[in-house]
Amino acid sequence: MQRFLQLPGAVGRPGVRGACEADQEAASPVLAPEGGPPPWYQALQPEELRWLQVPEQDATPEGSLEGPTPEASQGQGQSSSQPLWHDDLKEMLDTNKDSLKLEAMKRIVAMIARGKNASDLFPAVVKNVACKNIEVKKLVYVYLVRYAEEQQDLALLSISTFQRGLKDPNQLIRASALRVLSSIRVPIIVPIMMLAIKEAASDMSPYVRKTAAHAIPKLYSLDSDQKDQLIEVIEKLLADKTTLVAGSVVMAFEEVCPERIDLIHKNYRKLCNLLIDVEEWGQVVIISMLTRYARTQFLSPTQNESLLEENPEKAFYGSEEDEAKGTGPEAAAPASLPARKPYVMDPDHRLLLRNTKPLLQSRSAAVVMAVAQLYFHLAPKAEGMFEPYLKSFYIRSTDPTQIKILKLEVLTNLANETNIPTVLREFQTYIRSMDKDFVAATIQAIGRCATNIGRVRDTCLNGLVQLLSNRDELVVAESVVVIKKLLQMQPAQHGEIIKHLAKLTDNIQVPMARASILWLIGEYCEHVPKIAPDVLRKMAKSFTAEEDIVKLQVINLAAKLYLTNSKQTKLLTQYVLSLAKYDQNYDIRDRARFTRQLIVPSEQGGALSRHAKKLFLAPKPAPVLESSFKDRDHFQLGSLSHLLNAKATGYQELPDWPEEAPDPSVRNVEVPEWTKCSNREKRKEKEKPFYSDSEGESGPTESADSEPESESESESKSSSESGSEESSSESDEDQGEDEDKGRGSESEQSEEEGEKKRKKRKKVLVEHGEGSSSDEGSDSSSSSSDSEMTSESEEEQAEPASWRKKTPPSSKSAPAAKEVSLLDLEDYTPSSVQPVSPPTVVSTSLATDLEGLTLTDSSLVPSLLSPVPGVGRQELLHRVAGEGLAVDYAFSRQPFSGDPHMVSVHIYFSNSSETPIKGLHMGTPKLPAGISIQEFPEIESLAPGESATAIMGINFCDSTQAANFQLCTQTRQFYVSIQPPVGELMAPVFMSENEFKKEQGKLTGMNEITEKLILPDTCWSDHIVVKKVTATANVGRVPCGTSDEYRFAGRTLTSGSLVLLTLDTQPAGTAQVTVNSEKMVIGTMLVKDVIQALTQ
Amino acid sequence: MIHSLFLINSSGDIFLEKHWKSVVSRSVCDYFFEAQERATEAENVPPVIPTPHHYLLSVYRHKIFFVAVIQTEVPPLFVIEFLHRVVDTFQDYFGVCSEPMIKDNVVVVYEVLEEMLDNGFPLATESNILKELIKPPTILRTVVNTITGSTNVGNQLPTGQLSVVPWRRTGVKYTNNEAYFDVIEEIDAIIDKSGSTITAEIQGVIDACVKLTGMPDLTLSFMNPRLLDDVSFHPCVRFKRWESERILSFIPPDGNFRLLSYHVSAQNLVAIPVYVKHNISFRDSSSLGRFEITVGPKQTMGKTIEGVIILSQMPRGVLNMSLTPSQGTHTFDPVTKMLSWDVGKINPQKLPSLKGTMSLQAGASKPDENPTINLQFKIQQLAISGLKVNRLDMYGEKYKPFKGIKYMTKAGKFQVRT
Repeated sequence: MQRFLQLPGAVGRPGVRGACEADQEAASPVLAPEGGPPPWYQALQPEELRWLQVPEQDATPEGSLEGPTPEASQGQGQSSSQPLWHDDLKEMLDTNKDSLKLEAMKRIVAMIARGKNASDLFPAVVKNVACKNIEVKKLVYVYLVRYAEEQQDLALLSISTFQRGLKDPNQLIRASALRVLSSIRVPIIVPIMMLAIKEAASDMSPYVRKTAAHAIPKLYSLDSDQKDQLIEVIEKLLADKTTLVAGSVVMAFEEVCPERIDLIHKNYRKLCNLLIDVEEWGQVVIISMLTRYARTQFLSPTQNESLLEENPEKAFYGSEEDEAKGTGPEAAAPASLPARKPYVMDPDHRLLLRNTKPLLQSRSAAVVMAVAQLYFHLAPKAEGMFEPYLKSFYIRSTDPTQIKILKLEVLTNLANETNIPTVLREFQTYIRSMDKDFVAATIQAIGRCATNIGRVRDTCLNGLVQLLSNRDELVVAESVVVIKKLLQMQPAQHGEIIKHLAKLTDNIQVPMARASILWLIGEYCEHVPKIAPDVLRKMAKSFTAEEDIVKLQVINLAAKLYLTNSKQTKLLTQYVLSLAKYDQNYDIRDRARFTRQLIVPSEQGGALSRHAKKLFLAPKPAPVLESSFKDRDHFQLGSLSHLLNAKATGYQELPDWPEEAPDPSVRNVEVPEWTKCSNREKRKEKEKPFYSDSEGESGPTESADSEPESESESESKSSSESGSEESSSESDEDQGEDEDKGRGSESEQSEEEGEKKRKKRKKVLVEHGEGSSSDEGSDSSSSSSDSEMTSESEEEQAEPASWRKKTPPSSKSAPAAKEVSLLDLEDYTPSSVQPVSPPTVVSTSLATDLEGLTLTDSSLVPSLLSPVPGVGRQELLHRVAGEGLAVDYAFSRQPFSGDPHMVSVHIYFSNSSETPIKGLHMGTPKLPAGISIQEFPEIESLAPGESATAIMGINFCDSTQAANFQLCTQTRQFYVSIQPPVGELMAPVFMSENEFKKEQGKLTGMNEITEKLILPDTCWSDHIVVKKVTATANVGRVPCGTSDEYRFAGRTLTSGSLVLLTLDTQPAGTAQVTVNSEKMVIGTMLVKDVIQALTQ
Repeated sequence: MIHSLFLINSSGDIFLEKHWKSVVSRSVCDYFFEAQERATEAENVPPVIPTPHHYLLSVYRHKIFFVAVIQTEVPPLFVIEFLHRVVDTFQDYFGVCSEPMIKDNVVVVYEVLEEMLDNGFPLATESNILKELIKPPTILRTVVNTITGSTNVGNQLPTGQLSVVPWRRTGVKYTNNEAYFDVIEEIDAIIDKSGSTITAEIQGVIDACVKLTGMPDLTLSFMNPRLLDDVSFHPCVRFKRWESERILSFIPPDGNFRLLSYHVSAQNLVAIPVYVKHNISFRDSSSLGRFEITVGPKQTMGKTIEGVIILSQMPRGVLNMSLTPSQGTHTFDPVTKMLSWDVGKINPQKLPSLKGTMSLQAGASKPDENPTINLQFKIQQLAISGLKVNRLDMYGEKYKPFKGIKYMTKAGKFQVRT
C-alpha cells in the first residue's frame, strides 16, 4: 500500500507528470506487445460515456493531491468523513491518464477488500467502465458488481457498454459482458438480462453458454417471476452436449426448478456419460441431482433381497463389455419389460452406478463424498464393508474433538462379537485422555457396546464400576448414568452391582454419582431388601451435608422404601422428611411436603395415597442407548442438513423409491444419440477423455461428439449413418495420427483435427459430386468400396459375415488404402469398378433427371449459375443393414416447396429383397434444437427390384448438425442420419457487382475469412473453377469486371445471412479465397471446403 | 452457493472480505468468534457453525481462518474443498499463504477470488487458467508495476478455459526441460505402551514439478503398482489406463502439482523405522516425577533417520521439567505444557536420550494419564512401502527432458502412547 500511496503525490507536478507519461510510453510496448489496447476489450467504445465525464475535477485544486496523507484517513471506514482522500481518488479517476486511473482503482479495490465503504466514488468510477485500458476496466467491473445494487440509477449508465459487449465477435468478451451484466443486481434491467441470457444460451461458444447457465440463478434470485422463461432456457441448455456447460446448467436447474424432474429424462443418459469429463464442482452438483432423479425413477434395489443374491456383484461391477451390451440401443427393450418380479435393475440405474464409480478416485473430497452418498442411497446395501478398516478409526490424542467424537461413533458402530475385545481395550486408553468431553463420549460408547453386544455387558459394567472411583467428576457421573441405564435393562441379575454401588456411597463424593446410586437403590430396593434401608440410614445421618440433588434422591429413596418396606423405614422416612421440611432450598421443602402428603395416609384424602406405589414405583421403560447421529438418517448423506441434523433452507428431500417404476422409455433418445454415448465410453477406452470443444464449433458441438471412432462404430453396428465413406477412412487416418504423435498435442490438434475432418469430408463429397456428373456409376461403386474399408478397418466384428463376402474382390486392396490417406482414393476408385445393382442405376438416372428439372424450374437460379448439380448421391441405408432396402439421398438444391428455410433432400429407395416392402414412412424424428424435418409422403409398397424416390425437407438451422430420424417399414425401423456439407446450407442469390461490393464492405473484420492457396494446373480454366466452387457450395455466380476474380453469393437458408465468396487468382497460380459472412462458422468451413475442392 | 468469504487472523481481525452475491455484514462473524472462544484450540473450532440466517464454514490454515458464508443447502465438503483450493491457489501465487502476504497483494487476491467464483459457484479454479487471467506477482513484475503503475491483470485471453486440456496452458516454453517427481510417504501409526504397533498405515503422494515445453504426454509406470490401495488422481490422469494397465498416463499441468495420492492399506505390514523407549512415572506421594526417553532406529533399510523431533503434551499437573538431552535441544513451555525435543539425526551407535525430572504441583494428585509422544522424522531416499517408479516416458514432443525422481519417508501422525 505504501508504494501505491507515494505515486500520486509526485504526479501533481507538471514536470513529473510529463516524465511519467514518457515513462509510460516507453514502457508500453513491454506491457502491451500488440502496441495498443488489447483487442478483446476494443469493442467497448468509450464515446457514449464521455458525456458522463463532468468536469467536476476542475473544482478541486490540484494541490490537494499533495495534501493530507491518505494513511490518516484510511483507518476509518466511513468515507463520508474523509472527503479529502476520496476527492483525491476522484481526481485521479477523472484524469485521462490510465496509470493514474489504475492507481486509483487499485486503492479503491483494496478498500473494498478490507471492507471499507467506497460507495461514494460510484459516479467517478462508473464513467470509466468503457476505459480502453483493460486493467482499469477489470477493476471497474469488480467495483460495479460490488456497488451497483446500492446505486442502481447510476449503474444503469454502464448497461449499454455491456450490451455492446454481448455482440462482440470474441467469445470471451461476450462471456465477460454477460457475467458482469448479470451480476449487477438491479431489478430494472431484468428484461435486458433475460434477453441476453436467451441469446447467450444459443451462442455457438460453449463458454458463453456456460456463462448463460451461470446467469440463470442470478436472474432468478432477482426476479422469480421469470421462472417460466428461465425454465425454457434451462431446458435448452440441458440438451447441450458439452461438458463445460453440463455442471453449470444442472446447478441452475437445482436452484430454479429442481421439481421439474421431467426435464432430465431426455438428458439422463447423456449426463451419466459426460460425468467423468465434467469439472469437479459440476460433478458434485450433477451427482446429487441424479441421486434424487434415480430415487424417483427406479425401483429400490433392496426391495427384493433374496433375488438380489442371485444377481451377484458381478452384475454391477462387471467388465466393460457387459456395459456396452447393457447400455446399447437394445437396452431399452429389457428396460421396458415389466420389471417387477424378479427384480431386475433398470439398465439406466446401473449406468449411473457404473459411471460414477471411477469418480471415487477423484482428488476432490467433495466428489468422493458425493459418489459415496449416491451409492449409499441407490446401490444395494453391502454389509461389513468397513470392518477391515477398524483400526483406521483409532483415535490420536492430536485429533480435533469433533473428529474424535466421529471416530468413536464409527468404532462403536463397527464393534461386534469378534472385535469387541480390541475395541474395548482401545476405549480403555481413551478413558485416560485429558480431553474430558471425549472421555465422557467414550463412556457412553462403552454403554452402547454393552447394550448391543450381550456377551460383554458384564465386562463393560465392571469396567464402568471401576470408573466410579475416578477423580474426575464428569467421568464418574457419566459412568453412573450409563451404569444406571444398563442396570435398568435387566435389574434382576445385577443385585451384586447394586450392592457394590451401595458400598460406594461411602467413598464417592461426586453429587451426581451419589444421586444416581440412590435412585438406583430406590428403584430396585426389592432386589436389595437388606441393604436399602441401611443406605437410607446412612444418608439420613449425612442428609444436611449433602448437595441438593442428593437430598432430592434421598427423599425419593425414603418414599420408595416407605411404600415397600414401611415396617423398617417408617421412622427413618419421617426423620428425613422432617429434615427436608426445614431445608434451606425451597425445592427440597416442597418435595418433602408433597411426598409426605402422597405416601402417608391422612384422614381426609387418601385418594392419591392409595396410588402412591403406582406413582413412585411404576415400571419405567429402559432408556435406549443410541447414537446421537441416529435420527439424522432421513437427510441425504453428506448434505449440510445431515451434518447439522436440521433442515437447511433449500434442502431437497430425497424422495422414497416408487412402488412401481415409472415408464423407463422416457429416457430413450434416438439411436444416433445413443451411439454417441457409447462412443464416448469407447473413446475413453482409447484414452481420449478430454472434450474437444473449441471456438467455432457451433453446430459442431454436435460434431465434437461424433468423433471419428464413434461414427464408424455406429456404422458397423447398424450401418445407418450416412456418409460412411468419410468417417471410416477418417478414423483410420486419425488412429494413425494418434499413434504417430501420441496424444500429446491434443489441444492444438483438436481444432486442426476438426478442420481436417471437415476438409476430408468435403473432399470426398466433391469427389462424389464430380463422380456423379462424369460417371453415373462410379459414385455408388466408390461408396460401396469405402464401406468395405469400414468393415475392414473396424476391429469390432459385429457385422454379419455375409456383409464381407458380398463385397467384391477388387476391394481387397482396401487394406493398403487404409494406411494411405483418402487423397489416394481418387486414383483408386476408378480401378475398382464394380457391378452396380440395376435399381441403383435406375434411380441415379432418375435423380439426374430431377436435378435437371430443378435447375430449369428454379426461379432463384440466375442465368450465370453454371449448371452444376449438387453433391452426388450418398448412402443413407445400405441394403444389407436395411435387409434388402437400400436408401440413398442427395441434395437436389431445389427450393423446398413447403418451407423456404428447408434444404430439400431427395431420397432414393430401392428394394433388393425378395419380398415387397410395405408402408415405408418416416418415424418421429428426435432432433437437436432448431432442426426440423418435413416428412416425405408414405410409400405404400415397394415391390422387389423396384425403386422409388421421395423428397423431404430439412431445416438444418444453419448448422452442420446431423438430422437423425427413423425410417420405418411395417415391420422394421432403421435409424438414419443426414449430415449436410456446409455448402448445402445456402441458396444462391443473384446480385450485381456493386451490391456485392456494398455487402462485402459491411461484412469485414471478424466476419471475413481469408485463406491462400495454390491452384493446380487443372483449375486454370474459368469453367472448371466455377464448376468446382458451385459443386461445393450452392451459391450463384456474381458478374465481375476483372477476369482474375470470381465472385459468388448465397444466403443461408434458415437465417438468410449473406455468404459472399471471392476467389482472387494471380497469374502465378496462387489464389486467395475470401468468404464474408455473419455466420463465421459457416464461413470458415466454406473456405476450407472450397480450397479442398480447388486444390484437388 | 457460497455467499461471502472472510479471512480472519488468529487475533480475530477480519482482514479481507469478498462477497459474490449481496453483501453480508461482517457482524455475522461474531458467531464465529463465539465458537472460537468456546473451542480452546483453533483446530477444535467446528467446521460448520449454524447461525440464524447463515451457515459459517471454515478451514484453518497457515494461522488464518477462511470463513465462508452460505445461506442454503450445499454439501459442506463442497465448500471446504473450495476453501482449501483457495488456500492452495494463494500459496501457488505468492509462495506462502500468510496474512502479510495477502495484505501486500490485496488487489491480486481480490481479483483472483473474483474469478474463482461466479455468483458463488466455482468458475475458474485451475491455477493455470487463473494465472493467465491474473498474473502472479514476481519480483521483476513488482518492480515494473511500481514504475509503470500497471497491475497484474493478464492482457491475453485466457485460452486455457477453452482448451481441451483445461489444466495446461498452451505455448509453454522452457530452455531446460525438466520433470521431477517426489514420492513422499507418511507413516501414520499408533504405538502402544509396550512398543507394539496398534495401527500403522502409509499415506503417500507423488508431487511433481514439470517444466516441459509444448504438450508433452507422459507415462509413469511402477515396479509394484499393486501396492497402491486407495488412489486418487489429479484430473489429468487417464483413469482407464490405470485400471487396465496400472500405469499413469497424463498430460501434465505446467509447474507444481500433486499427481497422485495413495494409501497403503492397514492390512499390509508397515515397517516402523523408529522405536521410542520411555519411562515416565509420577508418584502419588512426591512432587517429582521421573522422565526418560530414548529414540532408536528399527527397520530403516540402512538409511539414516533425520530431522527427528519429539513433541509431547504434558499433563496439566506438571509445573516444570529439568531435563538433559544427550544430543539436540529441548524446550518446555510451562504455560501450554508442551515439551519439544529437536533431536536431529539418529546415530545408531549412540542413541539419543532425554532424561530428568518433572516437578509437579504440590499437593495435587498424580495425573491420570501419561503423555503421548508425537514423533516427527524424515528418511531420505526411501519409500517405506517399497514403491518404486519403473520408468517415465514422454510422447508428443521431440526433445529429451531431464527426468528426476526422489523418494522420501516422513512421519505423519506418529504417536507413541506411554
